[in-house]
Amino acid sequence: MSLLSLAGITVLRGSCPVVDDVSFAVQPGEFIGLLGPNGAGKTTLMRAALGLIEARGHSSLAGLTPGARARAAAWLPQAREIAWGLSVADVVGLGRLPHPRPDAAGPAAIAAALAEMGLENYRTRIATQVSGGEQARVLIARALAQSAPLILADEPIAGLDPAAQIATMQVFARHARAGGAVVASLHDLGLAARHCSRVLVLDRGRLVADGAPLDVLTPDLLAGTFHIRAHVSTGPEGPIFQPLTTLNGF
Amino acid sequence: MRYRTLLMLLSTLVTGLFLLSLLIGPAGIGWAEGLRALVSGEGAAGLVMRELRLPRAILGVGVGAALGLAGAAMQGFLRNPLAEPGLIGTSSGAALGAVISIQTGAYAAFALALPFAALAGAGAAVGLILLLAGRSGRALTLILAGIAVSALAGALTALVLNLAPSPYAAAEIVFWMMGSLADRAMSHVWLAAPFLLIGGAVLLSTGRGLDALSLGEDAAASLGVSLRALRLRVIFGSALLVGAATAVAGAVGFVGLVVPHLLRARVGARPSALLGASALGGAAMLLCADIATRLIAPERDLKLGVLTALVGAPFFLQMIRRLGREE
Repeated sequence: MSLLSLAGITVLRGSCPVVDDVSFAVQPGEFIGLLGPNGAGKTTLMRAALGLIEARGHSSLAGLTPGARARAAAWLPQAREIAWGLSVADVVGLGRLPHPRPDAAGPAAIAAALAEMGLENYRTRIATQVSGGEQARVLIARALAQSAPLILADEPIAGLDPAAQIATMQVFARHARAGGAVVASLHDLGLAARHCSRVLVLDRGRLVADGAPLDVLTPDLLAGTFHIRAHVSTGPEGPIFQPLTTLNGF
Repeated sequence: MRYRTLLMLLSTLVTGLFLLSLLIGPAGIGWAEGLRALVSGEGAAGLVMRELRLPRAILGVGVGAALGLAGAAMQGFLRNPLAEPGLIGTSSGAALGAVISIQTGAYAAFALALPFAALAGAGAAVGLILLLAGRSGRALTLILAGIAVSALAGALTALVLNLAPSPYAAAEIVFWMMGSLADRAMSHVWLAAPFLLIGGAVLLSTGRGLDALSLGEDAAASLGVSLRALRLRVIFGSALLVGAATAVAGAVGFVGLVVPHLLRARVGARPSALLGASALGGAAMLLCADIATRLIAPERDLKLGVLTALVGAPFFLQMIRRLGREE
């Protein structure tokens, strides 16, 4: 059974489609990289899939009640907002809000999420006083603590140091291997190539490619959609992807 | 556990101040005698205790709790520590209603005409707010609508003052706007109680949603919070509380702004935990201020709103200074 299925999702801004007739399904075990240049419609597509904005077409999540949806899918917005000086543990604990009280599984889920993101020693720190990259990790832990099978994450690794970027990709891959699924919008095609099981490429609102990373990231697609040329090969430790030059600047 | 201890401490403080409020007054009734008279209701002392001091103390608790709770909810909802309960225009609307009832003399004919008019004014302000900002869920729309409604009500209040039939009526209006709990009767308590109780229950139910909002509107919606329902509850709940509080006590500023600040760090900054704590803290602060008006200048009828602003403003400045140093 798929964790998310979209059929003909279209989002209009005025009369212009920002997301144009996108259909795909997410199966358990998949870690999907949602790729595309700025303004391709990645954020809009994920918000429409969740039912947070009006869209034409069908999304299996949008029809659920808000509570059921929150237990089926966690959403990590791109804007990293933490109002008030909450402790790290309290912020992560907000992921438990969709679960009915008393929440017997809550403390264990929070502890596991903190451990996954390497935040065990941050529990009592004030979340607004740690660095930006650490706040990003706290918010990812919050999404993990929600214990939803599907995680939708909007540029989750932007602004993280290299070690934290790789660690986060590994956390998502583990979540998928454990029977969940992750859809994450990414700009780092190299990390997507190494860690994602499947990538989707959006270009001006349309889904232009869908498949295994190295099958999708062809020279033609890179030139047509991303306007770059890149080195792609497979080394002893897996795929190696390095963007080389831009083809036409801005 | 620490949260529960804080609530216990605040409850004890409110109870103590409530008793103190009952026992302090110009009639010079002894403490033991006062309590006996309160229970028996006999004689002149019984009349003073039951008809003057008891409603005053109850309203002190009710109005203070209303302002503290509404302030905490409004700050949590707008994710802005500068938000205060009157931000959405209800207190200005209530003041306008009250001022019109003074101007037209309606309140001289019928004692409860003023609070009724104030409640109607608050209701009209909320109606206008919902018309302006009811659809869109964004906090900014609500803030701007609140500013517009407050400005309109303020201008109309000034117009009424401008057209006051006599200097006496003008003075009456000005004094009312300063806020006071003096000479209130049990009828004021009965009038305000249903609004305060319903408004309080509505706002206390918003804790989960306010907690989720700490992560932003999108994340809160994805956590299963209906932003539309939350917004309506915050607007209605705080309008009921602030409208009723202003109707019986006049404009009392700074309590709703300062109390949540004072308590935020002590509840671990959780918006849901701040609601109950701020209600108790607001009650304690208002009782304190009301007792102070009687102790500082018993013969001059020092106004409650003047005192809360006089103490609140420097206090607020100090907090801003501390905030600046932390950053």
